[in-house]
Amino acid sequence: MSKTPHRSAILDVRDLVVSLGPGAKAARVIDGVSFTVREAQTLCLVGESGSGKSVTSLAVMGLLPKNILLPTGGRIELVGESLLDSSQRRLRQLRATTMAMIFQEPMTALNPVVPVGRQIDEVLQAHMRLDAGERRRRILDMMEQVHLPDVERIYRSYPHRLSGGQRQRIMIAMALIMGPKLLIADEPTTALDVTTQKQILALVRELQEKHGTAVLFITHDMGVVAEIADRVAVMRHGRLVEEGPIDAILRRPEQEYTRSLLGAVPSLVPRPRRDEGDGAVVLETYDLNKTYQERSLFGGRREVAAAKDVTLSLRRGRTLGIVGESGSGKSTVARCIMRLIDPTSGSIRVAGREISELTRRLLQPHRQRIQIIFQDPYRSLNPRLSVGESIAEGPVNFGTSRAEALAHARELLRLVDLPADAVARYPHQFSGGQRQRIAIARALAMKPDVLVADEAVSALDVSVQAQVLKLLDDIQERLGVALLFITHDLRVAAQICDDIIVMQRGVVVEEGPASLVLAEPKEPYTRQLFEAAPGRHWDFANFRPVEAGAPTPAAS
Amino acid sequence: MLGYIIRRILAAVPVMGCVAVFVFLLLRLTPGDPAAIIAGDSATPEQLERIRATLGLNEPIYVQFATWVGRLLHGDLGVSLISQIPVAQMIGQRLEPSLTLAISTILLSVVVAVPLGVLAAWKQGTWIDRVVMAFCVLGFSVPVFVVGYVLIQVFAIDLKWVPVQGFRSITRGFGPFFERAVLPTVALSFIYIALIARMTRASMLEVLGEDYVRTARAKGLGETKVLLRHALRNAAVPVVTVIGTGFTLLISGVVVTESVFNIPGIGRLTVDAVLARDFPVIQGMILLTSGLYVAVNLLIDLSYTLFDPRIRY
Repeated sequence: MSKTPHRSAILDVRDLVVSLGPGAKAARVIDGVSFTVREAQTLCLVGESGSGKSVTSLAVMGLLPKNILLPTGGRIELVGESLLDSSQRRLRQLRATTMAMIFQEPMTALNPVVPVGRQIDEVLQAHMRLDAGERRRRILDMMEQVHLPDVERIYRSYPHRLSGGQRQRIMIAMALIMGPKLLIADEPTTALDVTTQKQILALVRELQEKHGTAVLFITHDMGVVAEIADRVAVMRHGRLVEEGPIDAILRRPEQEYTRSLLGAVPSLVPRPRRDEGDGAVVLETYDLNKTYQERSLFGGRREVAAAKDVTLSLRRGRTLGIVGESGSGKSTVARCIMRLIDPTSGSIRVAGREISELTRRLLQPHRQRIQIIFQDPYRSLNPRLSVGESIAEGPVNFGTSRAEALAHARELLRLVDLPADAVARYPHQFSGGQRQRIAIARALAMKPDVLVADEAVSALDVSVQAQVLKLLDDIQERLGVALLFITHDLRVAAQICDDIIVMQRGVVVEEGPASLVLAEPKEPYTRQLFEAAPGRHWDFANFRPVEAGAPTPAAS
Repeated sequence: MLGYIIRRILAAVPVMGCVAVFVFLLLRLTPGDPAAIIAGDSATPEQLERIRATLGLNEPIYVQFATWVGRLLHGDLGVSLISQIPVAQMIGQRLEPSLTLAISTILLSVVVAVPLGVLAAWKQGTWIDRVVMAFCVLGFSVPVFVVGYVLIQVFAIDLKWVPVQGFRSITRGFGPFFERAVLPTVALSFIYIALIARMTRASMLEVLGEDYVRTARAKGLGETKVLLRHALRNAAVPVVTVIGTGFTLLISGVVVTESVFNIPGIGRLTVDAVLARDFPVIQGMILLTSGLYVAVNLLIDLSYTLFDPRIRY
């Protein structure tokens, strides 16, 4: 897969140092990083959050936040020209013409109040002298190259009228319209659904082959790396851990850190089946519906079914996964079950008790039976409450004495592998993974029968993700709690779920034991999801490609 | 959009209705006989009877209200008790100075404050930012009459560039109007410049941290374009809100400034009417001010759609 090495170097980074503020003593965010990206080659910069991969890319573009992060050492050469010695004016000339960048969030990266065609047009206006007709012709042509439909209409559209994938295509069109030699892509597919991600990755590949662009691709996702990289550079704590051709990195990683990073990638092969057991059914829904009504100006009405006739059941000690892309209704189902939103119709039984129609007040005693863990541990914990208060608050509401609740909080923190003295500390003193452990302890404090995890590991780095998944598994083993696990990630689903429901546009399209649904998907949509999973041909933890034929459930 | 405007105008009807009821009851619910309040202490019984007759106070209250509203809709706000001039005419005369002063003040404030705010945000943390912010604190804290008298002392008395006081209609030539309007405008603008500049700075700082500003820079755009085309328009909505609110406050009268510069505006009319218990004038002023408030708010809301296409009505 790796390309011949004598292509000319487009970007050469040597011993780059980026510090927090000026002066030799300032803390180094990037410490002596070196790599080269060559013509028509993709270098993937991989690392977990805080590894400095994005800072590196912003340093190349000259877009580091002013007066906060400063390049204080090393060299960055773009086609032989030293960027760190270039004036602001020269850097502006080089941006978009020689080096261009696309970002993670295509929604926030586009100006919401300017039509997208004009946003592309600005690039041409800034760097070339062309008449309006010629600019328009070039823009429409570029928009066709990124496979946007109905380009005339999209040209005039505002970003909020476009889908996530379309917005990212606009970003790519904007980045490539001047034919830059270097494209920097900073997690360009992380915010997208897998099927869209697959298309965008294919598009980047296609355009790269067509124009011979050098691509610096930043990602945390080893699956994406396996799909797109020619070479891989692994970063950690601002340093380069290891760099080499994709094959060498995936098959024979030399550094321990690279090995552990690869080892933490959850396998797509479902975990071995567990005995179904005869635990009581603790959660059941029957024909659950949630419909939203959109009202137009003059009273016209349109109904949107966010969830349609969803029927599921979950036994004590088991894990049921709901898998789907954004807009599939998986979170709507979770929120209805929690009664955070009210279902339009249908039945929800928690621990044998029908709760779908209960009023807020009658529902209150049943709330403790079912608890939820949210996606973003940075926002789901109240920053002004100490960890202990957060955990104890629920039980105190249900009549436990404060002292007893706090004592229990200490026990729970030990259960989730945090020190008991964490009770007195505040959420900002913990890392993302630790906060998610706190969120789990908070949910468990209510002694629930059912734990709902809504994308609970999606915001975490893979190594932390693996730990949290293991923790959930241990807790289930010990307490017998039933787990409803909402995720968009098939790899995660394969590692934790006993049974799986696949949802699309509010409807359940396939359901069954994880080992069946993931190994032999029957529905075209499930297969499509499966095929879009990046790196599905690679068995990362064992440093080898997945053997041809159907994946067999691991024996261990 | 058109549907929204119509709905908003219709929604203003009950609001104005409530105001009308309140204004009507203002006089009727004041303790004592309205006629006695109006006529004052030294009135004879005949005078009282005549006032009752003119005001229709002998009719049932709903008839009184209906007649009053009927007159109102014909633009008849009643007659001043002091000067015996129709209230509509009095307000009309006083409206022009207040309106022109409000417009000139808002224009000057926006022209000065928005660039200051943008500059301060762009140069955040530098001496430029600190100078702008210090000026804003000054603008907030120095009373308008101090600024007014200092301006008069320097530009009217010492330098003799402009007349000390007074107002001249713009219809009688721009020169004389400008001469007399410039000092009160500058004096009034101080606080609005401070307010709008602070708001612009805060709003710009928020927007400058957005991803699309980084995208604009990554495209190789110059800083001017980044600031004006990408940041400012996104920062506009809160700034426009402040400008609109400021404008209504200005129109409803700026008593101190009008007194300092001897401008025959609405603010002084209101104060004089309150002190003299000239009820018809007070009622007219309340109606006018609330009407303006409703209208300006509608305009502000509509202007949002110009700045942000995601806002649709």
